[in-house]
Amino acid sequence: MTAPNEAAPAPDAVPTAAKPTRLAPIVTLDAKFFWDASDREEFVGQQCGACGKFRFPPAPMCAHCNSLDTRIVQLSGRGKVVSWIKPIHPPAFGFKEPPTVAVIELEEGTRFVSNVVGIAFEAVTMNMAVEVCFEATMGNHKVPVFRPAQ
Amino acid sequence: MTQRQAAIVGIGATEFSKESGRTELQLAAECAKAACDDAGISPKDIDGMITFTIDNSDEIGLARCLGVKDLAYTSRIPGGGAAAAATLYHAMALIDANVCENVLIWRAMNERSQYRFGQTPTNMSGYTAGHGTGSLLWCIPFGAMTPGTWAGLAGRPYMEKYGVTNRDFGLLSVQQRKYASTNPKAWFYEKPITLDDHQNSRWIVEPVLRLLDCCQESDGAVAILVTSMERARDLKQPPVRILGATQSIPRNVEVIANFYHDDLAVMPEAEGTAKRLYKQTGMKPGDMQAAMIYDAFSPHVFMQLEAFGFCKRGEAKDFIASGEIDIGGKLPINTHGGLMGEAYIHGMNTMAEGVRQVRGSAVNQVRNVRNVLVSSGMAGAILARD
Repeated sequence: MTAPNEAAPAPDAVPTAAKPTRLAPIVTLDAKFFWDASDREEFVGQQCGACGKFRFPPAPMCAHCNSLDTRIVQLSGRGKVVSWIKPIHPPAFGFKEPPTVAVIELEEGTRFVSNVVGIAFEAVTMNMAVEVCFEATMGNHKVPVFRPAQ
Repeated sequence: MTQRQAAIVGIGATEFSKESGRTELQLAAECAKAACDDAGISPKDIDGMITFTIDNSDEIGLARCLGVKDLAYTSRIPGGGAAAAATLYHAMALIDANVCENVLIWRAMNERSQYRFGQTPTNMSGYTAGHGTGSLLWCIPFGAMTPGTWAGLAGRPYMEKYGVTNRDFGLLSVQQRKYASTNPKAWFYEKPITLDDHQNSRWIVEPVLRLLDCCQESDGAVAILVTSMERARDLKQPPVRILGATQSIPRNVEVIANFYHDDLAVMPEAEGTAKRLYKQTGMKPGDMQAAMIYDAFSPHVFMQLEAFGFCKRGEAKDFIASGEIDIGGKLPINTHGGLMGEAYIHGMNTMAEGVRQVRGSAVNQVRNVRNVLVSSGMAGAILARD
């Protein structure tokens, strides 16, 4: 017996995107602004209102001048790959094929762990320029990932 | 009054297995009792207790098992295994300050039969504040959910900068398994490996870690008992002086997910630990006859050898390839087989091996040992003969 959702689509049906299997982020109060922005496909960060330094991971105080004056600003979304790996075992949860996991050094000077997409793992090189794009997760969220800069 | 000096007077352990068949609290009680018996101190007289995070055995529960009469101090240090050697630092401070007489350090884990560090976690509570691992939250949606993936990401810039290959890591693994093969307590007793075995073991994280670059998952427990040097001289074992001990957690350094500091090809926490330790003791790398270095994953050992000045930056691969870490080399390391070869008791078994080397009772005994470095990356100690 075939379950209803396994029935063959009508020949003229528009193919629907596969349901996302990527895990949604665990959202802490200090980082909620970031993940909320990601859901809107915006890549934002914290900048100190007093000394202008960017910081990551999110924190309520500037480590350079200890100011609480924190601004949430749009980041350029541009950066370079400074480390990249392919997790083989155990298989990365939520991925059908092993993802390229990378540390991205952003133009603003902070670093961000993400995926590099749209390029084979073997073709990634140290300091390769990348730019942000977004991918869907379970639970209707989106997270920033990076592709080779256009 | 002159400052007291701390000494390790007892070490105790359970067997190391993949399925202990008893609770972690029982393992904790067994190893603690064994350390007390080794020293000739009654468990009832323990007045300080120290462990580090990611241990499920409860301080008060363990004190109750042991019949501790009046506990004067307890602490649980953040950072998981990176804090292993910090326990010696805290114990030393307690003895020096006359706060405690008998300080018990312990670690008990059913880390293979009850839960598995190497697998994708099913419980995310370890990622919350207080575990020193908050940055791991930022890895989860991207398929980096295991210690291997974080260590791989942290290790690759070092490999790229110095032209280190996974084959270079293999030589460390082969050496540690050689030590384990002659250690009856080791899980991999009588099971040495070749470089081919290492290179044929499956990838865990390409191109950094193969299976044989990773520590084990183990069940077991280890305890260390610390008291004053003065008292130690009247006890059963030759005293092992804690000549110096320290901790270093530099800005932007994270436990294992260590990719936020400036130069990713170095371990600033190990460099900070080395600097403080050498200053504290007036010693230099050449004064060590052996070193016990936390080996959760191969790259950690390479980077610590360089941070502690046993070789120059980028030269750990040559130091290891030329046999310097073997029993007759300049600096035998992890002579019990390490966390890869003996067992993964979160660094505690590695510190116990440091004690045995100073006592002269190790199965793979280094000749003429006076000083041994023990390091867990974010903390370290120099153990010395009386």
